[in-house]
Amino acid sequence: MSLLAISDLKVSIGGKEILRGVDLDLRAGRVHGLAGESGSGKTMTGLAVLGLLPHGARTSGRIALGERDLLAMPAKELNTVRGGEVAMVFQDPATSLHPMLSVGRQLTEHMRHHLGLDRKQARARALELLGQVRIPGPEAAIDRYPHQFSGGMRQRIAIAIALACSPKVLIADEPTTALDVTVQAGVLRLLRGLCDDLGLAVLLVTHDLGVMSAVADEVSVMKEGLVVETGPRGQVLRDPTHPYTRALLESLPGETS
Amino acid sequence: MTLLTVDDLVVEHRTPGRPLVRAVAGASLTVAAGEVVGLVGESGCGKSTLARAVCGLNPAASGTITFDGHPVTPLGLRRRNRALAGIQMVFQDPYASLNPRRRVGAQIADGLRTAGDTVTAPADLLERVGLPRDFAGRHPHEFSGGQRQRIAIARALAARPTMLIGDEPISALDASAQAQVARLMRDLAVESGAGLLFISHDLSVVRLIADRIAVMYLGKIVEVGRTAEVWADPRHPYTRALLGAIPAPDGAGVLPAELSGDVPDPADPPSGCRFHPRCPVAMDVCREREPTFGPVACWLHEPA
Repeated sequence: MSLLAISDLKVSIGGKEILRGVDLDLRAGRVHGLAGESGSGKTMTGLAVLGLLPHGARTSGRIALGERDLLAMPAKELNTVRGGEVAMVFQDPATSLHPMLSVGRQLTEHMRHHLGLDRKQARARALELLGQVRIPGPEAAIDRYPHQFSGGMRQRIAIAIALACSPKVLIADEPTTALDVTVQAGVLRLLRGLCDDLGLAVLLVTHDLGVMSAVADEVSVMKEGLVVETGPRGQVLRDPTHPYTRALLESLPGETS
Repeated sequence: MTLLTVDDLVVEHRTPGRPLVRAVAGASLTVAAGEVVGLVGESGCGKSTLARAVCGLNPAASGTITFDGHPVTPLGLRRRNRALAGIQMVFQDPYASLNPRRRVGAQIADGLRTAGDTVTAPADLLERVGLPRDFAGRHPHEFSGGQRQRIAIARALAARPTMLIGDEPISALDASAQAQVARLMRDLAVESGAGLLFISHDLSVVRLIADRIAVMYLGKIVEVGRTAEVWADPRHPYTRALLGAIPAPDGAGVLPAELSGDVPDPADPPSGCRFHPRCPVAMDVCREREPTFGPVACWLHEPA
């Protein structure tokens, strides 16, 4: 069953068409990979779902979360969805976390707002979340600040923050690009595990086809604001039908090419 | 011919109120003319510090760095030794390494002046890095990250380096510009007969351009070898873990192998082999004695 359906999404900024009719379908417990080179509109697609497009962006089409259209939703209602039902993990945990707030504060603030928990309950849930993303020693970690953690740990914390309000949809925009490969492996395993355990629908935006191949169930390839190919991972990566996907795969170094 | 020799280099960072950090703890490396050496490792392993020491930006606590027969001395307020101007560096962040208030042509001309070159125009260098000649009259803010990094490369090349150093020159760039800029650096260095020390945490790019790979872990170089050989047959367990963690785009849905644990604190490195707490094949000897031999610093590969 589809949780989030994007249909014919068009976005233009300053008269320039960024997205020219994107269709995507996210399902519970599945990771949907979105590939393409920079400037192809991958990130914009993710931002459009959360209503985080830059000022002056014009949109048309439909982003359906269940029965509701996120594009037509009033700002106030969208605020309850954003961070609640739909959450996002950004590329660089060094900039997406607030440097002057403790991890605990950043983990509990939106929980208290969205879920109406009191301080004690929120803290208990925060500890549970830190354990879930495998931060060693949650009791000590919760009172520390982002700079006291390594890049991989920071991204785990950012994932914990995104998961705090039990979202149905998680949008991960290049979540491992700023990390070392060894750390990337851990974060990818974590994402895959959470997707399977919690039944999350994940939209994984990445330019790295290796990452895509490791965790995504379905893969969509974008080019110049359009989805040129969608299909199961094995099919798109092994037997691409669109010439652009083939070109992307062939440009990779490796024994396979 | 060996151009750059780093021998048992130790570089220490002192911060008041913090323990002494040995960022580079006895690393040895050579780069020949016309050769591209890739230096890889996780963040915090000391690869950037090593590069900065080679340029004289960090003083060596012990060990030596020799460039073309001259010892590399730390940069000071006095004029840099002319012979050492043959080492030029391209920095990580082109948003910070170019002067925002000067035209790029003037900044490239600085390099030309260093080399005493009165014939070449800055525009010629822009052309060599694949940018239009008329960009010379513009300021850095008018360019994208990839273009800026090309300008930084043009500036480094203007000084006619015989040794080019790239300190993570591609990590601040967009994914699509990374491979292009890396290839450009390789082509320009090799074409002019200079050596290139290319530092990156992105193994797939290093593989594309390097003749030899040096793998660094916690201040030590643990494995050195020809790129194809290291790739086909990594011998040090750390190199194996590093290569095993790269996911293959084969559509099989195999999650990459995870290397447990974090990089230990360089201020308090583990005893014996520095990799033993994370090593899947650690033996008793690894906990007690540090392997100090090469090219693979691992007790499993001790030279007979």
